Amino acid sequence: MIPTLELATSDRVPRFSSLWNLANPTRFLGLADRLLPWLAALAAALLAVGLYLSFFVAPPDYQQGETVRIMFIHVPAAWLGLFMYVMMSASALGTLVWRHPLADVAQKAAAPIGAAFTFVCLVTGSLWGKPMWGTWWVWDARLTSVLVLFLMYLGIMALWRAVDDPGRAARAVAVLTLVGVVNIPIIKFSVDWWSTLHQPAAVFRIDGPTIHPSMLWPLLVMALAFTMLAVALHVAGMRNEILRRRVRSLRLMEAERLDAGVETAAGAAR
Amino acid sequence: MSDPHAGFIIASYALTALVVGGLVLRVLMDHRALRRALAQLEARGVRRRSARQEATR
Repeated sequence: MIPTLELATSDRVPRFSSLWNLANPTRFLGLADRLLPWLAALAAALLAVGLYLSFFVAPPDYQQGETVRIMFIHVPAAWLGLFMYVMMSASALGTLVWRHPLADVAQKAAAPIGAAFTFVCLVTGSLWGKPMWGTWWVWDARLTSVLVLFLMYLGIMALWRAVDDPGRAARAVAVLTLVGVVNIPIIKFSVDWWSTLHQPAAVFRIDGPTIHPSMLWPLLVMALAFTMLAVALHVAGMRNEILRRRVRSLRLMEAERLDAGVETAAGAAR
Repeated sequence: MSDPHAGFIIASYALTALVVGGLVLRVLMDHRALRRALAQLEARGVRRRSARQEATR
């Protein structure tokens, strides 16, 4: 028993420390530089295939006609709006509980991406709603809860800008993010809990997707393309945030040095 | 596309392209500006402690 325990312990410690080393900002910058070209190329290739499938392979809907093609951007944008918020919530836990060095960097970089995808979801939904429902907007539970998600993103981005010190801003934003996470299940289940003009889930269902495979596959490829794009943008945004903090600390160092120089000169002149 | 609702479809894809393009452009321009700021600081002799240690090794 003892040798097994020793083996398990000695096996675990280096694995944990190597994970922690990966969270080192300098190591992350190196990893991001190596990963980004691949992620960007993968996102571009998937987007090209997805757009081809969406426009040239997927048939028009028997009721909605060509308008159904809006689904191929509206639904992935909605998924990404939710995904980025869930990611931000996990990062918020990382900031508050584990004080992970990159958690608040990840959280800050995710907010504008999530906000952008939620905005795309809202506007394309409106552009789809007008010809199909006869209205740009209704205050039903799904649409309203997604609008609340968008407002949450804007609030989080505003809070980041309102507090100068990144550490204090990170803790305040983490708390706000975790408060807002209650909206995520509301968005998901709003179409089941309340009577909404928005249709119920058609892909992630217990009894399987209700969309015909000729439309499901283009949708899944577009969703994968959007996900890769979001991951690439997120890694690039995290890299920028690390560099921004370096610039900030170097400017502070320079200001302190100049300040010390002025004081020395003033002392010598006295 | 001869669909009567073609305008709605084109507007949706154009807006998405604009937003995604804006995100990509913002990240790239931000990166360039930050790299330039770091290079200027280093040129003035302002370096992080770890960078100074690496330079003296």
